[in-house]
Amino acid sequence: MRKNIKKMTQDTQNSILWFKDLSLADRPLVGGKGGSLGELCSAGINVPNGYVITTEAFKAYLDILDAEHGIRQKIVALDPDDVTTLNSVTSDMRALVEKSPPPESLAQVITDAYRDLGDNIPVAVRSSATSEDSEEASFAGLQDTYLWQKGEAQLLDAVRRCWASLYNPESVAYRLRLNIPEEDLAMAVVVQTMVNSRCSGVMFTRSPTSGDKSVVTIEGSWGLGSSIVSGEVTPDKFVVNKITSEITGKNIAPKAIEHLPDEKGGIIERPVEEERQVISCLSNEEIRELTEIARRVEKHYGCAQDIEWAISHDSAGNENNSVLLLQSRPETVWATKDKAPVAKPAAKAYDHIFNVMGSQLIKDNKSK
Amino acid sequence: MSEKKSPFPMPSEIEDAPGAENWAEMYPYYTHVQPEDDERFWFYNSMHFSEPMSAFDMITAESAYHAMGAFVNRVFAFPTGKGVDYRCINGRIYITANTATDPEEIQHRLSIFQERAGHYYENWNEIYGQWEKRMGQLIKDMNAIEIPELPEFEDEAVVKEAKGISQNHYLRETYNDVLEKYSIMWNHHFEMLMLGYGAYVVFFQFCKQAFPEITDQTVARMVAGIDVLMFRPDDELKKLAKLAVKLGIDEVFTTDGNPDVILPAVKAKGDAGKEWLDALAESRDPWFNISIGDGFYHFERSWNDDLTVPLSALPHYIELVKQGDNLERPTEQLKAERERIITEYRDLLNTDEERAAFDQMLGVSHLVFPYVEDHKFYCEHWLTTSFFNKIREFGDLLAMHGIIEKSDDIFHMHHTEVNLTLGNLMNSWAAGSRPVNQGYWPPIIAERRRMLEVLKEWQAPPAIGPMPDNIEDPALQMLWGITKETLNNWAAPAIQNENEIIGYAASPGVVEGVARVLRSINEFGSINEGDILVCPITHPSWSPLFSKISAAVSDIGGTMSHMAIVAREYGMPAVVGTGSATKRIKDGQKIRVDGDTGIVTILDS
Repeated sequence: MRKNIKKMTQDTQNSILWFKDLSLADRPLVGGKGGSLGELCSAGINVPNGYVITTEAFKAYLDILDAEHGIRQKIVALDPDDVTTLNSVTSDMRALVEKSPPPESLAQVITDAYRDLGDNIPVAVRSSATSEDSEEASFAGLQDTYLWQKGEAQLLDAVRRCWASLYNPESVAYRLRLNIPEEDLAMAVVVQTMVNSRCSGVMFTRSPTSGDKSVVTIEGSWGLGSSIVSGEVTPDKFVVNKITSEITGKNIAPKAIEHLPDEKGGIIERPVEEERQVISCLSNEEIRELTEIARRVEKHYGCAQDIEWAISHDSAGNENNSVLLLQSRPETVWATKDKAPVAKPAAKAYDHIFNVMGSQLIKDNKSK
Repeated sequence: MSEKKSPFPMPSEIEDAPGAENWAEMYPYYTHVQPEDDERFWFYNSMHFSEPMSAFDMITAESAYHAMGAFVNRVFAFPTGKGVDYRCINGRIYITANTATDPEEIQHRLSIFQERAGHYYENWNEIYGQWEKRMGQLIKDMNAIEIPELPEFEDEAVVKEAKGISQNHYLRETYNDVLEKYSIMWNHHFEMLMLGYGAYVVFFQFCKQAFPEITDQTVARMVAGIDVLMFRPDDELKKLAKLAVKLGIDEVFTTDGNPDVILPAVKAKGDAGKEWLDALAESRDPWFNISIGDGFYHFERSWNDDLTVPLSALPHYIELVKQGDNLERPTEQLKAERERIITEYRDLLNTDEERAAFDQMLGVSHLVFPYVEDHKFYCEHWLTTSFFNKIREFGDLLAMHGIIEKSDDIFHMHHTEVNLTLGNLMNSWAAGSRPVNQGYWPPIIAERRRMLEVLKEWQAPPAIGPMPDNIEDPALQMLWGITKETLNNWAAPAIQNENEIIGYAASPGVVEGVARVLRSINEFGSINEGDILVCPITHPSWSPLFSKISAAVSDIGGTMSHMAIVAREYGMPAVVGTGSATKRIKDGQKIRVDGDTGIVTILDS
């Protein structure tokens, strides 16, 4: 267990870190998502550029607020079963965080980095908790994601809302029940260039339905991936054999809506024209390319992965780079389910045949 | 017994095909449907018997199932699977597997099975070596059978050597001998086959449990060997094509493949021609003893019987040789790819224990593979085509003596009817009179020929009788060759897009092109470079076609079928087992074959 180091300086050196300089080892500083994106970059995977506002930055910010408002103490005093008080206190906390700007020097570093990404470029702002996306406990879903944020004001606003999400009643109740000290509380925020994707989706390097490790399952739909994550659209589904690259399953679902960027910032939902609804959102070549990437990522991490991907709209000029990964995290469902061996070695190789040919008998005897 | 109504018709409910109401008289009474047959589940064995049986050809079903049941049930005592019953309905063969269900009986059978099957597995290669010798001898003996010619007077030797037996006696003796050797072939055929399938089934089942989404074709790729006899006839053709180019005599080979024109033209080429003809003679024995079908029907002749098929394939190979293609199968590459697939699946297993079990099961599959694959050449191809040729010789005799009109008419008589009729010939020759009632067979045979044409159009239901509760037992799946999914599809066929035909994805890739619907290898000439082959079923003798086409589609066949194996080798998409591709796709239509998903789409309808 990492006992917290009380070293809060105004030093902003470690406040933001670029993906290219990160690896999984930096998770305490940049959270699961941030570390994973950094790791992907260093594995040579095409990831939209971005940076992480570190846990240190968050702590520096929170220390100031805590000194003024006694936040930590108020949280520790809460009873997770007293829902009314919990709701009211956490609501106040969130409002406080959302309206309190970070210190000038920190804001400066964040917006400087934003300008380095590009001119008024749209970004996704996502929380990246240190315990989130890790094998031990999944906070996934408790934290927020803000898509297609444009301009410094929207960016800083989204960052504060990410920080504030730590004070959701569910999140707080969870920490209280597990006795996680508030001093250990840390959150990084990922700021990543957004891809205006023609289509996007998720993929798993083992079957989410059967746990089969020899297949990659890809789900995709038109537009931004948020429509799939939120469950608003039934995606196309493809199953590809990792070893032979054969596409063994293809289920094209009618995709009635898509999420697109809103010019004012954020995203909007639009109906998809009828002809395009029933067309596969991926070509066979793209399916194979995604599979290849999935294999590389899985190999890099050494365990099954749950990956978010996008294919950019304007492939003009950089067609080879049009497939991008937005996120990768370890698959958690089947990892815990791996069961007893399917078969054990037998004295003679052909004994297996006797075991199977007599299996009816064994079954019958068991049912007695 | 469940009271639910079966999704399939009952055997007793099936009506005679209109216009062929008298079909049943062609076949023995014990192949007819009985009232109690409604209590059992049967399915149409379209894989082996895709056409209505002529009266004589019924012997393939009879001999094969008698031998199969004997070896499964009585020789090796498979624990749950017994033999197979068969029935003929409107000329089609329906089968059902008998099973042991009483735990005590299964236990008893298992103990016998372990000892007996264990002996074969333990000594597999040695026994297979003996098997090849036995089969080789059987083929030799079959070919050595001399059918009597019934001369005006007996050969003098009968007297001088005091043989004391006349030729008409030998009519029946040789006929029975031919039939016996055919029956022995089927016995040898099933001697090791079901044990081989047992090994496959176990490995398939392991793979399906360890990798629930693995396709049959991927398992098949791990099991299949590279050096199998099935490829040999095609390899011989390629060798002959190269030799023709080397000798500079390639221009005599024309796509019509007419041996009466081509062979004299080669002979006229002097020494070069002689060298090529010598090479041809060497290839023919034994490699051209390959049936143009699967060896279940009398009309499926061998390349040796009709050289048109191999000769018409030569010009395309010659063209490829001239373009610099060495025509060699990339066997090393194929082996390396197979090894890669095996290694990567093995690596994905969870534990070393599983990997050890995987190695053992795959090892047994590899041990049995050569037999499972190569027995076909000896049994269904070589011996079977010889067998039908011997029967043809009896047909010649009957025709010569005016009992039937032409030689092939004999195949419209049941084998017991032939035996009976030989009595008429024996008496006629001995008595010096004309055979009795020469008007007897011709109208019967004409009517049977007519009925068979009508029966060809009959749509045979894929399954009949009550839906079985449980076919999970691997022994049953092995005997039936069908799974729960197959049954469900038959019971409630998925509603399809009318331009889509769904089959098994047998070889990956997607190709669009012009469909060539071929019902027989003799239509080979109509195929153009890049066309897509659409056919009922392909056989090893069709291999030369694959150098010309861009994709393949079949009505019948699974992932271990000939088309699937050859298409994977050529790296072209294939969809097999569509059931209806040759009916729904019209020759010349543009189609898309998706060998990844198993869907064939008609693009211009």
